[in-house]
Amino acid sequence: MAGWIRRAGRIAASAGALAVALIWVFPVYWMINSAFLPNTKLTASAPTFLPFGGSLTNFKLVLSKGDFGAALKMSLVITLITVFFTLLFAFLAALAISRYKFRGRKSFVLAVLFIQMLPAEGLFLAQYSMIRSLNLLNTVIGVSIIYVAAVVPFTVWMLRGFVAGIPADLEEAAMVDGLSRTGAFFRITFPLLAPGLVASGVYAFLQAWNEFTVALVLLQGDTKTLPLWLRGFIQQSSQHEIDWGQVMAASTLVAVPVIVFFVLVQGRMTSGLVAGAVKG
Amino acid sequence: MTTITPPAPATAADAARPARRTTRGRRWAWAPYLLIAPAVGILLVALAYPVGWQFLTSFKEFGLAQQFGAEAEFTGIDNYIKIVTTSETWLVVVRSVAFCLVNAFLTVAVGTGLALLMNAVPKAVRLILQICLLLAWAMPVVAVMTVWNWLFDWNHGTVNWLAIQLGAEQYWHHNWLESPLSFYAVATVIIVWMSVPFVAFSVYAGLTQVSGEVLEAAQLDGANWWQRFTRVIMPLVRPVLMIVLLLQIIWDLRVFTQIRMLQDRGSFPNQTDLLGTYIYREGVGANQFGMAAAMSVFVLIITVIAAWPYVRSLIKQEAI
Repeated sequence: MAGWIRRAGRIAASAGALAVALIWVFPVYWMINSAFLPNTKLTASAPTFLPFGGSLTNFKLVLSKGDFGAALKMSLVITLITVFFTLLFAFLAALAISRYKFRGRKSFVLAVLFIQMLPAEGLFLAQYSMIRSLNLLNTVIGVSIIYVAAVVPFTVWMLRGFVAGIPADLEEAAMVDGLSRTGAFFRITFPLLAPGLVASGVYAFLQAWNEFTVALVLLQGDTKTLPLWLRGFIQQSSQHEIDWGQVMAASTLVAVPVIVFFVLVQGRMTSGLVAGAVKG
Repeated sequence: MTTITPPAPATAADAARPARRTTRGRRWAWAPYLLIAPAVGILLVALAYPVGWQFLTSFKEFGLAQQFGAEAEFTGIDNYIKIVTTSETWLVVVRSVAFCLVNAFLTVAVGTGLALLMNAVPKAVRLILQICLLLAWAMPVVAVMTVWNWLFDWNHGTVNWLAIQLGAEQYWHHNWLESPLSFYAVATVIIVWMSVPFVAFSVYAGLTQVSGEVLEAAQLDGANWWQRFTRVIMPLVRPVLMIVLLLQIIWDLRVFTQIRMLQDRGSFPNQTDLLGTYIYREGVGANQFGMAAAMSVFVLIITVIAAWPYVRSLIKQEAI
């Protein structure tokens, strides 16, 4: 009897879990589904739940508008600059706080942790004013400066964990064996750090690639990043009937690479952390 | 910052000695400072300087005239008094705080529920649930907003269609974004939807740390389901819950993209503004820097207060 009740409970829990899973994945599915459907189907009185009879027309129309290429280029350049400088700066700082004892170290770590929590929404006004006075509005450099500063703190914290996970003894042993300090670092520590650098790089990439607020404030002309470009669809369309098929095709173009990247690396980010823990 | 990895339970890496190697000899004494110099430099330029400027400006009369070169005069705490005494700004503050708390608590409640659900189902079902949550988590916020705008579209949206199928005929061509209350309800649905996966995964990670043996012992001692939950599981996952709740409060205070992009679909910004969109409209839009700066300082202060317990727990965990 008790076993029967427990089994019924498990089945109910499973059914509930599947229902929840459906609710959470539905909007993602709906974006992709709508992207393939012609407008006649999207505006029909009943929704079409499967993309049968769909086509790539929406994607072609979106791409033929021409400003996609410019936005993609803008996003790519800003993101690459952000990732490069973030990794460089954060890596050096992580090295300092996990390998050296120095006056001011604790204050630096504290500052990093606090800054990491500061919201762009409480800062963008001041950053806008500063970037404007530097004449860097609507430029790649202006946005990149703000992005690097926004992403560096958390990246320092993340990399610190990885560097601390690699025993300094290893380096010292190499130095006893005759390598210089720099040599020991580059031959021993650096290769072990690769997973940490990849995870931090992906973090920086996702932050810069998805960022909306700062981009909206600092890029006011025709220079747009992909998120601004995507928002433009809803804005332009609000004057007339929205072509949801095209909006969803544009969203899919922006989202799918990010989703693939995120899902692939999310596991590696955590397993990287665990690996560091085991080695430490 | 939506992709922060769940606050993992303290691991062996955290116990790794911090900076065991002291600066070896005089020759290397300056090395750590050189290493942190670039990071400190960019933070000073892009954060510290603007924050300082913002702080000063919040005590000044800084409107349109000052944008065109008029001297900005110090007016003491006038701007702050105005925030509290002007009904529009005060409403924005109250709305934002209420919205933030409702969203944060809802997110943590739903996320914890899903974590418990993950714990209760067979592995295959759990995997399906986790994949679906991960997909939702991975969505860029701008794409999230376009999809939900489409789902809630007054004309052909799926939500209205579903409501009618369920018998609520009055939802034909219903505009969800028209009245402020309904606007915030839609925003809450979206924000809870996009924030729950992080909470669910973090709490689930905490739950897996609760050993089966302890639960079994409690069961043998006669503890029922509810007692096991409140007396054994909850105390063990409480630290994770607290951190997750704090993070949600901090993140939900700063919702900007979500509100802005719902406003894009034709609601009245002055009725639906929260702190972020208000600062944007007043500061960048209308060039009223003084007031907007005071609001920004307010946001920063709340954030720092809310972040303090979180930062302290991180420092304790990692033995800095």
